[in-house]
Amino acid sequence: MKKIQIFGGGCAKCGILYQHAEAAAKELGIEYEIEKVSDYEKIAEAGIMATPALAVDGKVKLEGRVPGVESLKALLK
Amino acid sequence: MFKPVQLFADWLVYGVFGLGRDTLAGGALNFFVFDTIKIFLLLAAIIYAVSIGRTFLPPSRVREIILTKSRFAGHLWAAALGIVTPFCTCSAIPLFLGFIQTGIPLGVTFTFLVASPMINEVALVMLFGMFGFKIAALYALSGYVIAVAAGLLIGRLNLEHLLEGFDPAKRVQNAALGADLPWSERRDYAREYTLDILKKVWPYVLIGIGVGAWIHGYVPQDLLARWAGADKWYAVPLATLVGIPLYSNAAGIIPLVSALTDKGVALGTTLAFMMAVTGLSLPEFMILRRVMKMRLLLVFFGIVGAGIMFTGFLFNFVMR
Repeated sequence: MKKIQIFGGGCAKCGILYQHAEAAAKELGIEYEIEKVSDYEKIAEAGIMATPALAVDGKVKLEGRVPGVESLKALLK
Repeated sequence: MFKPVQLFADWLVYGVFGLGRDTLAGGALNFFVFDTIKIFLLLAAIIYAVSIGRTFLPPSRVREIILTKSRFAGHLWAAALGIVTPFCTCSAIPLFLGFIQTGIPLGVTFTFLVASPMINEVALVMLFGMFGFKIAALYALSGYVIAVAAGLLIGRLNLEHLLEGFDPAKRVQNAALGADLPWSERRDYAREYTLDILKKVWPYVLIGIGVGAWIHGYVPQDLLARWAGADKWYAVPLATLVGIPLYSNAAGIIPLVSALTDKGVALGTTLAFMMAVTGLSLPEFMILRRVMKMRLLLVFFGIVGAGIMFTGFLFNFVMR
């Protein structure tokens, strides 16, 4: 079970990253849970300084950009 | 460098449209076609190049660099790194907390917060395209000095007690992301970022250059000198105030201002106006209210505003 977290204060790009990440997880056929983190203190606590950001199993994988589904698949593997 | 663009504009306006070279309409339209193409070429090329560079310097890496410097060097670095880091109001809070909670001093954090939006590549490209290299460099240099001075001053005032909404004493780890992306990802990021920005600014650029071309051709020379010349003391504060609500429209404002400068608005006034547009933003102000008391915000705005006006007066005085 992979835990995917999308960090961001609700900007348009955060929504797109959420969709892309979910699509990538589905295409890979992995078991996953996905959650949005919009609490600023939690975002800072994770060491993130630019939103949107993505963490897999608690490890931050990207910040401040929205890659396509294909590159997200590589991050989720 | 833009000779082919000029040839194209001449061909289109004087050849295809058949307007006379010495008519007002011909001159204004030629100016519009030439400037629009030139600005979009410049914007696309520079934003793309800067974005590629940025993939090597994510904010967590920037933070790491600043953390290793002494306090004074920290200010100098924070301002320099603020230039290359894109500023997005939606990231302002995580950025702010991320600085404070890894132990970067408040003053250094403010230096970064001033430099990042004020000296950005869109404003610099527009200034270079409409005013030339000298003015763009003056703008960048003044912005840098204001950012460092404002941060040093805020640091001196010991205002840490005016932070709120989070625990400033808490320490978080600097989870620096590696900058080891494959080149294909860097290019994807740069392409998307460039398209994003162009999509956002193109209507403003067109309107700005359009109105600018009209002013250029139709408004009498020196019309504005009477109200906004270098000898008018109120021009600089007024320009600064008017600039505040125009946040994020730097792309459209600069061509307009360039035309006004032609008609007698003094250079210092112009610089102050553009710095207020980029550096003092109401959305940023409102979002930062979540992590600091109103008093600290007002001090921040007051100091940056004063720095901008001082720069305006200084250039009006020196260039007179």
